[in-house]
Amino acid sequence: MVIDKIKKVNKAEKSVKNEKASDMLIGKWVKCDKCKEILYKEDVHKNFSVCPNCGKHFRLSARRRIKQIADEGTFEEIGADILTKNPLNFDGYMKKITSLKEKTKIEEAVKCGTCEINGEKVVLAVMDGNFMMGSMGSAVGERITLAIETSIEKRLPLIIFCVSGGARMQEGIVSLMQMAKTSSALAKHNEAGLLYISVLTDPTTGGVTASFASLGDIILAEPDALIGFAGPRVIEQTIKQKLPDGFQRSEFLLEHGFIDKIVERKDMKDTLYNLLKLHSLK
Amino acid sequence: MSQISAWDRVTLARMPERPKALDYINEIFTDFIELHGDRNFGDDKSIVGGIARLNDMPVTVIGEQKGKKAKENMERNFGMPNPEGYRKALRLMKQAEKFNRPIITFIDTPGAYPGMGAEERGQGEAIARSMMEMANLEVPIICVVIGEGSSGGALAIAVGDKIVMLENAVYSILSPEGFASILYKDSSKAKEAAENMKITAEDLKKLNIIDKIIDEPDGGAQEDFSTVAKDLKQYIVKEIKELQKFSKEELVEKRYEKFRRMGN
Repeated sequence: MVIDKIKKVNKAEKSVKNEKASDMLIGKWVKCDKCKEILYKEDVHKNFSVCPNCGKHFRLSARRRIKQIADEGTFEEIGADILTKNPLNFDGYMKKITSLKEKTKIEEAVKCGTCEINGEKVVLAVMDGNFMMGSMGSAVGERITLAIETSIEKRLPLIIFCVSGGARMQEGIVSLMQMAKTSSALAKHNEAGLLYISVLTDPTTGGVTASFASLGDIILAEPDALIGFAGPRVIEQTIKQKLPDGFQRSEFLLEHGFIDKIVERKDMKDTLYNLLKLHSLK
Repeated sequence: MSQISAWDRVTLARMPERPKALDYINEIFTDFIELHGDRNFGDDKSIVGGIARLNDMPVTVIGEQKGKKAKENMERNFGMPNPEGYRKALRLMKQAEKFNRPIITFIDTPGAYPGMGAEERGQGEAIARSMMEMANLEVPIICVVIGEGSSGGALAIAVGDKIVMLENAVYSILSPEGFASILYKDSSKAKEAAENMKITAEDLKKLNIIDKIIDEPDGGAQEDFSTVAKDLKQYIVKEIKELQKFSKEELVEKRYEKFRRMGN
């Protein structure tokens, strides 16, 4: 079925080249930032937001991700009332958050809830790179911690989809402490003998890599995702040389032993379901 | 406490002559035996650790170690640990738990090292694992920020029951230079960033991130090191005694609650 879709998209793509440039302006078309092909937006969406031409996994909103992973109508959000705080009274921060909320129609950089995956109940947390680059401040840390605690309380497996630029600068030390908070909650989760699957998507960096993203019993990643602690620019400045191609990409992490498996987006739900079934007690 | 700017404290915290982790270890404890290596890759000299006595009690001590002179700083990688440093620290902390020894950590780092090898060997995983395991250790843990406590590289060994800062130490999400470069797009605005970041002991006490401030003389800890070390020792001895009254379960639960309420 997917192959059919791709074929269809390929046809659409070829015809695209003859379209007028004005069509780009009405927003029906997107350009793949990897292979530079012009793609029909709707076809990209139907293809799990993966480039039908080169397989590039485009960044997904939390809403779309949940749609791809959770059984329809099963997602029940938790922690939606936990909102951004400004613990340092950082100038301009709340103004930025307010305008971002209006623009993106999302409240914070992670959405958590309970849902079913092919009928298997789980706690699911999905980060959203459209909101402050998925950075972790107090609200993200608190929502993730609440999701972990819900998973312990209900004795459900936990899945976290990560995408993050790291700890949120504007909340300073309070953001840093969310790394300790979420890691401590996962220590409890681990003690409780429950399954935690972490899924790393492009990009997962900084304080999120150095906390819950790296602590899964099983760690999956989407292809070609940037995953690391320090950002490539910081490393290049430190070592004063350019990094080789593929450095800090999913395939690199697999080779160095830091992730269990690279999973394409179209196979993600089935892979998660399979892993959940292998851990279910029944 | 003296009234000086946050940036002045950053400057004091980074002074080469400021006492380093090994200075405190040698002053506060006796019979220190340094233990080496992570049993996996190597021995990171930017983290020191071992067993010592606090008065009569055996304890495990760990510290991020900067150098005072250029040569030692090169050897110590300017106090910027690689993953094997954090894995050594964790190995020693697990060992402390096995033999029921309290743990004291000294934090003094510009950050975890952002190098190629560090990424290849899983810097993020090493830091994450250290925090997760510390959360569950069934022995008292006291963490002392003695100089620069910068980013996850500092927090990796700072998940404890009591967090103490010296008066002129700073503790932050990132260096003021890094912060200014990200948020103001200009690293030369570090001074301004330092004032807004809430990184001083006084600010962090108000934010309930730390438990205690140890006073320093004017000009910094090196001006009267024996008094600073004596005050710090007194605090450590007193708090360990208090923490040892809790059962193992209570200790771990209290530590959980401590970090649980941060930013809540």
